[in-house]
Amino acid sequence: MEAPDDRKYSKEHEWVVLHDDGTALVGISDFAQNQLGDVVFVELPKVGAALAQFDQMGEIESVKAVSDLYTPVGGEVVEVNADVVNKPETVNEDPYGKGWLIKVRMDNAAELDNLMDAAQYAALTA
Amino acid sequence: MADALLQTPLHAEHVRLGGRMVPFAGWEMPIQFGGGILAEARAVRSDAGLFDVSHMARLRVSGGDARALLDWTHTADIGEAMPVGRARYGLFCNERGGIIDDGIVYRLGEEEFLAVANAANAAKVRAWLERRRNERFPGVSVEDLTAQVAMIALQGPHAMEMLAAATGSAEPPRPFRVAEMRVGGAAAWVARTGYTGEDGVEIMPRAEDAAALWRSFAEAGAEACGLGARDVLRLEAGLLLHGSDMDESVNPVEAGLERFVNLGSDFCGAEVVRRAAEEGAERRLTGFKTRQRGAVPRPHSPLVAGGERVGEVTSGGYSPTLDTTIGLGYLPARFGAPGAPIQVDVRGKVIEAETVPLPFYTRSRSG
Repeated sequence: MEAPDDRKYSKEHEWVVLHDDGTALVGISDFAQNQLGDVVFVELPKVGAALAQFDQMGEIESVKAVSDLYTPVGGEVVEVNADVVNKPETVNEDPYGKGWLIKVRMDNAAELDNLMDAAQYAALTA
Repeated sequence: MADALLQTPLHAEHVRLGGRMVPFAGWEMPIQFGGGILAEARAVRSDAGLFDVSHMARLRVSGGDARALLDWTHTADIGEAMPVGRARYGLFCNERGGIIDDGIVYRLGEEEFLAVANAANAAKVRAWLERRRNERFPGVSVEDLTAQVAMIALQGPHAMEMLAAATGSAEPPRPFRVAEMRVGGAAAWVARTGYTGEDGVEIMPRAEDAAALWRSFAEAGAEACGLGARDVLRLEAGLLLHGSDMDESVNPVEAGLERFVNLGSDFCGAEVVRRAAEEGAERRLTGFKTRQRGAVPRPHSPLVAGGERVGEVTSGGYSPTLDTTIGLGYLPARFGAPGAPIQVDVRGKVIEAETVPLPFYTRSRSG
């Protein structure tokens, strides 16, 4: 499974990529979308919600099963991806791009150290 | 070894095609292949799909009183007048009218029938037939052909063209008929039946011929489909799943299946079912669809009306054909008219829905 090396990964199969403006984009990995199968429903937190690292942040539901989503980093939710709410299959089609889930203003960039890099994550999901 | 999963004669084909294998009713079966459940379901609606249904039980019931035994144990009219080559869907009911299983009975010969039961109920149906046989018709043979005979469903608007290419354009059986044919050079029973709401056939070759037949249809372009797509398609077509939508605690009238019951005959459970048909059922299996896409109603999600719990979901899912979420559940009879507003409680999320007539999807019969 593909795992780009520009971002960090959690054991719960979420990824995060930190931007220069201090915001971080969060999504689920290609491995996760493939395991889930066809995604038919995504529930995301509200803009403004304050999340701590590894908090449950929503739900993702495939044809066969429902799973909780956990944020890999803490902070304030500054944007949620309306496209995946309206077209959940976007998560399957482009998990690292158009299928991102939320944008977070991180409280503590050091939280990234609690996550795996692409090579470690690839080893976990091999 | 008690927990070892059974494998169908097509197991190696599924693995070769990247099937995601899961345990199902004691069998190791593909839930989906590489393209995913919804793509497989769409292929069946628009083109043709291929399903391994060899895990279902094939029971040969034969001998002088075979017809009488089946007429007694199955709700369909397996009467003297049922011609050889005919297939009938119906239910196996207990003495209280509870549904032990549903299934199709095929008349293969004057004294030879095939009853197809769900994998999860195979042992129960076989034991039931044997018990009833011992009570009244000791001369009848009940033989389990599940291991010797495979079963492949070829379903979709292009299924019959693909069948014709494999049979040298021999005349196929008409709907709800079965015939012995040569398919791709192998002898098979070919039944014009299925569980998808599309035209198509269920082909029963000998186990050793199954893999070559499967491969030839896959190479001809039929999409390999798993149990996930099968469940999506059967729900869209309003076809019930035993163990979810019906079981021994409900009778055929409650399940909305009285059209598959020969009320004039003396089948097992007939008194209870006749009374239910005359008096009407207090609860009925009812279809609903949600007003917008959202969380998916799952079995046991509460159904709510006027702030009160009125039932629960037995089957639910996203329908790719209708692009909405649909489901089934038992509701009081007053919800029988389509358009009644209800709510589904999915993990605390309240989803607005309304009752709708079944089936949710009907194929167009043009052409």
